[in-house]
Amino acid sequence: MPMSTIQSVAGENEQHPDVALIAQVRAGDVSAFDQLVRKYDRQIFRIAQHITQNREDAEDVMQDAFLKAYQKLDQFQGNSKFYTWLVRIAVNESLMRLRKRRTGKMVSIDEDIETEEGSVPRDLADWAPDPEQNYSQSELAEILRKTIQGLPHGFRVVFVLRDMEGLSTEETAETLGLSVPAVKSRLLRARLQLRERLSRYFRRKKGGEK
Amino acid sequence: MTCTEFLALLDDLIDDTVTTQMRADLQEHLRGCEHCEVTLNTTRKTIEIYRSHEIYDLPSSLRERLHAAIMERCKKGC
Repeated sequence: MPMSTIQSVAGENEQHPDVALIAQVRAGDVSAFDQLVRKYDRQIFRIAQHITQNREDAEDVMQDAFLKAYQKLDQFQGNSKFYTWLVRIAVNESLMRLRKRRTGKMVSIDEDIETEEGSVPRDLADWAPDPEQNYSQSELAEILRKTIQGLPHGFRVVFVLRDMEGLSTEETAETLGLSVPAVKSRLLRARLQLRERLSRYFRRKKGGEK
Repeated sequence: MTCTEFLALLDDLIDDTVTTQMRADLQEHLRGCEHCEVTLNTTRKTIEIYRSHEIYDLPSSLRERLHAAIMERCKKGC
């Protein structure tokens, strides 16, 4: 019955649909894993792109992350969501790629955070209504890419997981091995820095011009 | 409430994790502070724009190729 379906979906203690798929994979059904890949591949690819900032690396990370998840599925405890577990694998794989590319230079999510930039708003001009309408899709994508790439690494990854990929503060903290207050502090500064940088493009122009 | 105090609670306001009393205090500050109002609105807009625009797309052809590669290796036991 439709009503009971709606109620069961809304129930807090309901089993997540991934749980059944994981059980099928464990029982040897590879096609169930196929479904999990299709469900999350775009997110994993995006996260890998944001961290590595390199398309080839992101392709490799995506493959390696899913393969690792497949191999290690027995270790998945089920006390966190499969998606969060998968994201953690992808973040680690991405950081490893970055280290390889920077040959020997340590890469951690703690680097580059000793900045006060953007922590106090300076550009206080209001934005035009629907400011993104003033740019084509490709121009806008370029502005958004360039702007987020300019964020310190440790801020960017928090913003991506928390605000773009929908992880909670607690899940972001767990995934990155950070404390909840550290995630909160980075998120605020990431948001404010992005806002400050986007203001350049989106602020309302003087004199009534568009 | 000062602007600095408002800013410290900006995320809680955006993420709707403030108490009723705190929300009332924040709104009271907003009524008299245009700068904080702009900061709040444009920060909200920043998040919304990043959420609603795909900036790294995964073209279907590449998606299928990666997908095939993953499944091929899974079937071989990796």
